Formats: sequence, C-alpha cells, structure tokens
Amino acid sequence: MAAGLKRQNQEKSPVKEKLLPRKLIAPALIFSIVLTQVPFLVTIYFSLMEWNLLKPQEKAFAGIDNYIYVFQTGDLLPAIIATVGLTAFSVICSLLVGLFFAVLLDRKFRGQSVARTLIITPFLIMPAASALIWKFSMFDTNIGIINYIVQKLGFSAIGWSTQYPYISVIILLTWQYAPFMMLILLSGLQSQSREVLEAASVDRAGIWRTFAFITLPHLRQYTEIAILLGTIMLLQAFDPVAIMTKGTGGTKTLAYLLYERAFVGMNVGQAAAYGVVTVILTIIVATISLRSLFKVFISGVNK
Amino acid sequence: MRSTKAILITGMTWIIAVTYFFPVAWMFINSFKSENDAASLTPKFVFKPTLESFSRLADRGMIDYLTNSLMASVISTSVVLILAIPAAYALSIRPIVKVQDALFFFISTRFMPAAASILPLFIIFKNLRVLDNIFALSLVYAAMNLPIAIWMMRSFLSEVPQEVIEASRIDGANFETELWSVVLPIVLPGIAAVALICFIFSWNEYFFSVLLTSANAKTTPPFLASFVDGRGQFLAVLSAASTVAALPVILAGWFAQKQLVRGLAMGAVK
Repeated sequence: MAAGLKRQNQEKSPVKEKLLPRKLIAPALIFSIVLTQVPFLVTIYFSLMEWNLLKPQEKAFAGIDNYIYVFQTGDLLPAIIATVGLTAFSVICSLLVGLFFAVLLDRKFRGQSVARTLIITPFLIMPAASALIWKFSMFDTNIGIINYIVQKLGFSAIGWSTQYPYISVIILLTWQYAPFMMLILLSGLQSQSREVLEAASVDRAGIWRTFAFITLPHLRQYTEIAILLGTIMLLQAFDPVAIMTKGTGGTKTLAYLLYERAFVGMNVGQAAAYGVVTVILTIIVATISLRSLFKVFISGVNK
Repeated sequence: MRSTKAILITGMTWIIAVTYFFPVAWMFINSFKSENDAASLTPKFVFKPTLESFSRLADRGMIDYLTNSLMASVISTSVVLILAIPAAYALSIRPIVKVQDALFFFISTRFMPAAASILPLFIIFKNLRVLDNIFALSLVYAAMNLPIAIWMMRSFLSEVPQEVIEASRIDGANFETELWSVVLPIVLPGIAAVALICFIFSWNEYFFSVLLTSANAKTTPPFLASFVDGRGQFLAVLSAASTVAALPVILAGWFAQKQLVRGLAMGAVK
C-alpha cells in the first residue's frame, strides 16, 4: 500500500502538486488503520495468551493452545455452517422476493410510489426493533399474529423462534433486506432500453420469453451488485441472532459464538482465536467475491 | 380484457404491499394500546387509544438514550465527512496511481467482521477509561462507516464534469478554491446522501453499543432490547419505544428514496 503511494506518476508538476493526493488520503487511511487494522493485530496477540477475565492473575503465554482448542472442540464447524447457511439463504430469498417486488412495481399504476414506499419501509426500521417486533408481535405463541392466523386455519400454534429458530431468522432477514434488493433491481429494470422491449413485442415474443431472454440478462450486473452488498450486510447480521434466538437451533454464527466466548465466558484468549480464524475465513471469501465483482463498481453499470 | 388483467395485477400489488408493511403498521397500532389490549389473544383493531406507553417511555429515560444515539450519529457522521471528502477527492478528481488498491483496502475493512476488532477495542477502551463513553463509540462508528462513505463520495465526485474543473484551474484557482467553491457545490446532494446513510447506520447500530457502553453512553437499540427481560406484559411499551426509535430513519428514508438507493449501491447504480 505505502509502496504503491510512493510510486507516483512521472508528471512534470511541482512537488507540492504531487504530494497533495497523498496528504488528502492520509488522514482517512491512518484513521482506518488505527481503528481496524491495529485492533486486529492486538487480537492476534491476545489469541496467543491464556487469559480469562474472571481469573486475571493466571494470565500467561499460551502459544497455539487456543487454536488447538478452537479446532478440537466441535464449535467452529457448526458456526461456519450457520454463518454461511443463514447468509446464503437470506441473500437468495431476499433476492427472489426483491425481484418479484421489482417486477410488480416496474409498471405504471395508481399509487405506485406509495406502494413502493410501503415496501421499502422494513429496510429502514432499526434492525433491533424489527427483531423484537417480529419475535413478540408476529411469532409469539400466544399473541403473535402469525399464530393467530395459523390457529384460525385449524392448526396448533407454532413456537417459531424456539422451535424453528433457523427459519425464523431467515424470514426476518428476508423481510428486512428484500426491499434493498428490490430497489437495486428496480433501477435495473427501469434502465432497460424501451426500443429493445418494443422490438421484442413487435416480434411477438411473449412476456415470459422477453423476461427470460432480455430482462434477466440485462439484470445480471445489478444482481451481482445486490448479492455483493447484501452479503456484506447480512454476513455481519448479529441483532436477530442475539435478540431472537440467542444462538439456538443452528443459528450460532461466528459473530455470536465469539461474543459468547468473550462476553459471557470472559475468555479473551479463546475468543481472540475465534476472531482470528473468522477474519482469515472472511478474507478468503471477500477476496474471491470482491476481485470478481470489482470491475462493475469501478466502471459503473451504465457506462 | 387487457385492462381487467391490469386491474387484477394492480390489486394484487396493493395487497402484497400492505401485507408486507403490516408488521410496521402493527407496531405503530400497538404503541397506542394499553398493555392489556396489546396482549389480547384475539388481535384488537378497535380499541381505546392511549398515550400511556409513551409516558412510560419518558419515565424510563428514553430521552437520554435518544440523545446518546443522536450524539453518536452526528459526531461519527461529521468525522466521516471530514475524512472521506478529501480522500474521495484524491481518489477521483486527482487520481493517484494505485487508486484501485486504496479503494480495495477501504472496502476490505468493511468486510472485516466487527468480531475481529471488538475484543481489543473493549480492552483498550477499558484501560483508557473510555468504555461507556459516547465519543469513543462515535469514533468506532466513524471507522465502520468510513469505507462506505469514501466509495459513495468517490462515485458522486467522479460525475463532476472534467471541463468545469479544468476551467477553474485555467482561471488560476488553487486547490482550496477548486474543492470548496467549484467541486463541493456540485456534489452537495451526494454529500447529503452520504451523510444520511452514515447517520442511519450509526443510529441503528446494536453490536458495538451493547458491548462498549453501559449506563452513561448506551444508545437506543440496546435500550429496546432491555424490554425483553421485563416481566409481565410489555408489548405496548416495546412497540411505542420501537416506533419512536425507528421513526426518524423511516421518515428520512421515505423523503430521500432516490439518494438512498444511489448511495447504498455505492454509485454502481445510476
């Protein structure tokens, strides 16, 4: 990074002119490094310590003991599966629901902007509030609306967040993020060239064929952006797990596991080791997905 | 025939939109009920409205939590803008060689799970005695939002016509004049969008607030969650608290939909 900045272009401008961009970017860079990279280095250091906040006098160097612990107890793999599974299902579901909404809203009708406004609202609600409202006024076995309907239909009440925590979290996250997907896909739909669509209808290509062979390919880049941004946001979703399920029923994600080790178990060393493993896994995933999608962002869709 | 179909689709769209919005509406309705009405086994749509829950929120000191949220959001958004505008300017209007690397670095810090930095932050803050301090929390939020802000700002800045900048340079404008009186006025709507999004993310943040603050600096999201441990009925008061907490962002989002989309898509969508 620093080496990259030093290799300035060979423009014949005054030294001051050449230094300017570096001076402008330095504060942001330093701030970012101090608050994100330095703590990570400290995490690595902590991960090599035997250190429980409940027994501060027993703090000692532990070498790789914490890592051995992390890989030997069977908590890591389920947490990875929970994180990947919840993220993947939520991204896919919200993408499909979002596409459905985008198609519905991509036509002129009375009150179109009001309908769109209603649909985007769940994305604007404070996530902690959404989790609480869903848990207590939608999913609740006694007073939840969903169970009221379920019972009206003649079934017995379902304890959503206790019996089906995994599905409950996915429903909540889909409800929250489908509007976001819808907004991006809708701007994709609206950027379609009218001539191409008219040509298709002149050629008597049916609605479905037009959608499959013209609209969907056109939406590809928008879908990629929606998936990438959705993944960034959903990968870190901590609120629904902490508030709704407390990590039960296969919803113990890496973030929640680490939180539990550090702030319930007070074991700094072990939690740090989980943190380091999490970051390494994230870097692998992020590098692959970012590198492949990076071009879309640098150039923009419509250029 | 065609118009019947159109009416059907429109009707269906409306039913779906209203159903999708229902949990929000229900939260709003419940906040005006008494606890007994809210806990009714048969959902009550007709009831005697009361402001009881809202006055209970005031008794529980919700104003303090809202003030903390407001401070954290305003301070962190200001810090982000001060740092992001020059950086984005350097990355778009006066590009340095390794622009892509710089951008890649910033966005990768956003990918980094909060989990990676929370432990050291907690312990460093504890040793510096800034645990439960709203300014310290604001700095964490600023670091969280900075990469997104730089990306968004960069896309807005790259749309400033090159001719305008060149014209000002020929007129002998120095860098400060160029940035302050030529470029910034053009991208003001973009800056507003960036500020709005950073504000929303800070306002809604839960993880850091729950771990880095306690009595003094706690923000609204953990305050909401604290109702869960309450015994007895709490749905009405919880709904009222959630309504108050969510309302500023809902209103801002409704009125700035376009900017929100462009900002959130980080300039990839026009």
